[in-house]
Amino acid sequence: MEKLNFNTVKSKTLFQRRIAEKAAFYIFRASAMICASALGILFYFLIVRGYSAINWTFLTQPPREAMTEGGILPCIIGTFGLSLGAIIVALPIGVMAAIYLTEYAKDGKVLRIVRLGINNLAGVPSVVFGLFGLALFCIYFKMGVSLAAGALTLSLMSLPIIIGATEEALRSVPDSYRYASLGLGATKWQTIFRVVLPAAAPGILTGAILSVSRVAGETAPIMFTGAVFFTPSLPDSIFDEVMALPYHIYVLATAGTNIAQTRHLQYGTALVLIALVFMINILAILLRSRLRKKMKI
Amino acid sequence: MSSGVNKKILVEELNFYYGGFKALSSISLGFNENEVTALIGPSGCGKSTFLRCLNRMNDLVSNTKVEGKIILDDADIYASGLDVVELRRKVGMVFQKPNPFPKTIYENVAYGLRVNGIKDKNYIQSQVEKSLKQAALWDEVKHRLKDNALGLSGGQQQRLCIARALAVEPEVLLMDEPASALDPIATTKIEELIHELKKNYTIVIVTHNMQQAARVSDVTAFFYIGELIEAADTDTIFTNPGNKKTEDYITGRFG
Repeated sequence: MEKLNFNTVKSKTLFQRRIAEKAAFYIFRASAMICASALGILFYFLIVRGYSAINWTFLTQPPREAMTEGGILPCIIGTFGLSLGAIIVALPIGVMAAIYLTEYAKDGKVLRIVRLGINNLAGVPSVVFGLFGLALFCIYFKMGVSLAAGALTLSLMSLPIIIGATEEALRSVPDSYRYASLGLGATKWQTIFRVVLPAAAPGILTGAILSVSRVAGETAPIMFTGAVFFTPSLPDSIFDEVMALPYHIYVLATAGTNIAQTRHLQYGTALVLIALVFMINILAILLRSRLRKKMKI
Repeated sequence: MSSGVNKKILVEELNFYYGGFKALSSISLGFNENEVTALIGPSGCGKSTFLRCLNRMNDLVSNTKVEGKIILDDADIYASGLDVVELRRKVGMVFQKPNPFPKTIYENVAYGLRVNGIKDKNYIQSQVEKSLKQAALWDEVKHRLKDNALGLSGGQQQRLCIARALAVEPEVLLMDEPASALDPIATTKIEELIHELKKNYTIVIVTHNMQQAARVSDVTAFFYIGELIEAADTDTIFTNPGNKKTEDYITGRFG
């Protein structure tokens, strides 16, 4: 057989191949940099414009003088309450639904339809959730515009994220654990509760916390169901209306009495919201690494 | 096969299907009490599938079908109304790859007792110690029972899995290539252990290692493409096999 000769066969030169290699590397790296810098620029922008608004009064007082003075304490409390309520409702339901889907449900038509439903829930625009929450919780269940109705609406929104994260976490638990447990005479439920869930806990908790950080920043679902334009008093019960950070930004920027004058308050509020979301995410990361360490020595 | 010994398990005309594929065809085989039976054969011959029929682990695989009978102490384990959970407590299993739970050494061994409803702390403690001693692991771990089991070496993990299986006091122990993921020293320990354990248990072991089958078993059964070719005293199988295929396999001519 004739030996391969690069000079006679039509081929790219080594130089051409090196150029292509370099070009690919720089294009990929530039793409990664653009993604990272988007966050950096956003932060820079918020800090530069908003830091002057941040002080002790801003964080601990209600708004005054038609929201051109004072602070945003009711918004911080409101957002905290809405997120906490959403997670309290969504976490158990989402985890149990995911357990059913991954551990119990037999593959078939019903399972495919349920899964399709859950996936589509994730694609529903947030304003539709808002209208749905208004119709179902506020009007039909007569909750009115309240912390409870807002939290329930947000919990619906966070369900697909929690279910998705839980399913993934459950699937990543090796089957060998399940077999070992069943082989010792454990029932399916004992196997799930004592072996599978503890092993999946880091993934589930991370997903849950990330879903909180997602819904904490939502405006549309709460603007009809839980959040109001202005209420200086903090909520006494879950059936009180609340202020919330994202809605407060929206109100100041579009419907305030003096939009230009409150510009720094808008950025300050945004900065607080972003900081809150970041703190929640960091909490998720710390919790996950702690749990992982506990599981793997 | 040795006579005058009780048959702990009797398999009659067992067929097994994965969907449309017949993985086992009309297997009939008995397992003697307090003896070690080795299942040998080339990969894909059905020996592991057969082993998993004995504690109905195959129930967990969807789209499978079983025909025939497996009698454990006079009761058909595939009879409707039989409690699979109770069956699996009686027929313990050790898997190919060590699979301790990500829990402490102590909790791994105590697990089977806890899921079977035992709450007595003193009893659990004594049972954990007894099982670890039976599995020849006690001396290596007695000072660190509260450590995570995943910190043990592979050989120690496998002995822990054996201890875990022993803790619920099964009557039969199924072992699916228990030493294939281990080094020679750990393998020797497991084999010595099997030798000790057969005093109290009926043991069925799947192995790819012919020397291992010869060393540990009393009876050897040779499987080939879903059929049981031959089952006899291990000495007979390895010195004077009745079937040409068995001879070819154990002398290394194929497989």
